[in-house]
Amino acid sequence: MDISHIPQTLPRFSATFDPHAMAEIRRAAATGIYDIRGAGAKRKLPHFDDLLFLGASISRYPLEGYREKCATDIWLGTRFAKKPIHLDIPITIAGMSFGSLSAQAKEALGRGASIAGTSTTTGDGGMTQEERGQSKTLVYQYLPSRYGMNPDDIRKADAIEVVIGQGAKPGGGGMLLGQKISDRVAQMRTLPMGVDQRSACRHPDWTGPDDLEIKIEELREITDWEKPIYVKVGATRPYYDVSLAVKSGADVVVLDGMQGGTAATQDVFIEHVGIPTLAAIRPAVQALQDLGMYRKVQLIVSGGIRNGADVAKALALGADAVSIGTAALIALGDNDPALEAEYNKLGSTAGAYDDWHEGLDPAGITTQDPALAARLDPVAAGRRLANYLAVLTLEAQTIARACGKSHLHNLEPEDLVALSIEAAAMARVPLAGTNWIPGQAGL
Amino acid sequence: MPVVDLAACSKRDLNAALHALPADTNETHWRVENPAGQHSLAAGLDAPVTVEIAGHAGYYCAGMNQQATVIVEGNAGVGVAENMMSGMVHVKGDASQSAGATAHGGLLVIDGNASARCGISMKGIDIVVKGSIGPMSAFMAQAGNLVVLGDAGDALGDSIYETRIYVRGSVRSLGADCIEKEMRPEHRQDLQRLLDAAGIADVSADEFRRYGSARKLYNFHVDNAGAY
Repeated sequence: MDISHIPQTLPRFSATFDPHAMAEIRRAAATGIYDIRGAGAKRKLPHFDDLLFLGASISRYPLEGYREKCATDIWLGTRFAKKPIHLDIPITIAGMSFGSLSAQAKEALGRGASIAGTSTTTGDGGMTQEERGQSKTLVYQYLPSRYGMNPDDIRKADAIEVVIGQGAKPGGGGMLLGQKISDRVAQMRTLPMGVDQRSACRHPDWTGPDDLEIKIEELREITDWEKPIYVKVGATRPYYDVSLAVKSGADVVVLDGMQGGTAATQDVFIEHVGIPTLAAIRPAVQALQDLGMYRKVQLIVSGGIRNGADVAKALALGADAVSIGTAALIALGDNDPALEAEYNKLGSTAGAYDDWHEGLDPAGITTQDPALAARLDPVAAGRRLANYLAVLTLEAQTIARACGKSHLHNLEPEDLVALSIEAAAMARVPLAGTNWIPGQAGL
Repeated sequence: MPVVDLAACSKRDLNAALHALPADTNETHWRVENPAGQHSLAAGLDAPVTVEIAGHAGYYCAGMNQQATVIVEGNAGVGVAENMMSGMVHVKGDASQSAGATAHGGLLVIDGNASARCGISMKGIDIVVKGSIGPMSAFMAQAGNLVVLGDAGDALGDSIYETRIYVRGSVRSLGADCIEKEMRPEHRQDLQRLLDAAGIADVSADEFRRYGSARKLYNFHVDNAGAY
């Protein structure tokens, strides 16, 4: 019987078992191990794109672009430190380790940050000469592993960041696979060469906020109360975590949303633990306000900052500064389409490459292979980062002037509306065209 | 000899004075009266001086020590000699949790017992405990030596890297990837050096058993997943 005239059902992919989910099932069945990758959450999340600035009109008075001043500087660590940090822009470079990144990449981050008048940050692997030498302002991370931790480097740092967690993996420790544990990395971390390094997820000599308070006091005693002490948390329960960080004596709280990147961890961890940056800021600011510490303890927000609008929105929601990691690596040259053929050889494509743990990065950034690392010119890459930071600042200033603000810090939630109900609820600003803030009583 | 009475001045004054000492100071022997269990006493020293603490110390006594000799005549709280780089810390009483945590060098001697997590993440320090140690000691221990004249608690050396552990008494249980290893002549010699350094004359290196890493978890293998 001829059935060619009967309309056929089109092949239909399941929305639940989509090609990505099925590929992951097959990969897991073939290997018996979870997928490890770098970067942050890749799923679509409520984000800064779901917010808009209102700008000035008759009811608000704008500043003249390019003519009237819109300041961008920031002080960090004014609560207790004898030597607080003054930065030209409220955009810092997030902690990324030598080990996860090449020495050239770390040097480039230092160069770019210094040109732009901002700080860079060490990572889970100690301080390198390249980084200290090229970073005018360097924040030294104090992590559970304490790899390379020593008092000489603490004294050389401009601030100390006690890392409790990060947005990509709140509750998880560091990970650096054997491919990247080169001679130099192994020596700095006191590890056997080629070992798959699994860092602890909790600090070895304190547990809980009461202990943290004593630990912070020790760090202050060791550094004679000179250096600002930051506390970094992954965004999970920001109201309580920020409250406890303040109670423990932090000068600065760094809050990292789930879009924040990592050098390596399980994909399931990155995509399913923690909350989006957008959802974390207002509870954190609320905690500071409830404690009477808003603007006294500074709040740095990170995780998914890409452009000056994101910077301005984070500041308008109450952050004192933002921090960038993934965007900084892209500015250096990560995932550049010019390297497409090489990404293809690694089974990926420019823009999607996230196997940073394998150490084969053709851009020379997330690698310890000397030949690959040598591809990155720290001077040129540093210049690109400085350019990018300048654009972020100019864009944020453009928006701030349009809202009538003479300093980026004068941006406020009242300048914002949301495009979606979710974003309105998370950012606690009205849905555009309404006075409705979900979860709060209307006007 | 400078004597600092913490009933009359602050810990900040004490630490600031010790930090200000030049490398060639003549004030090489300090005594701290009335410590009253305060935290971070003699933390962050970097000079070849001796500091005697006449009583109990709180958390992080002699933290990040370099060069100095710090003697605690009582008990020490959490994290004594944490992240020590060099020098010596001697606790004449007992020590709380995380004694010698993450320390890169120097010698920590504890006359009494040490609580849980003794030598956690140690990175080159030598620790000699004349009494016993608590559970999860030498967790993720990377380098250095841990010598215990008494007994060790549960999960000794869990996820250990290259630290050598010598225990004279019993071990309640070993942690993941920690195994008993052969005591070869070089180990006896090294252990004897540590006993001598700690001033222990009446104990023989022959009385100890050695523990270290099986190195099976150094690189991930799916068959070891249950051990992680």
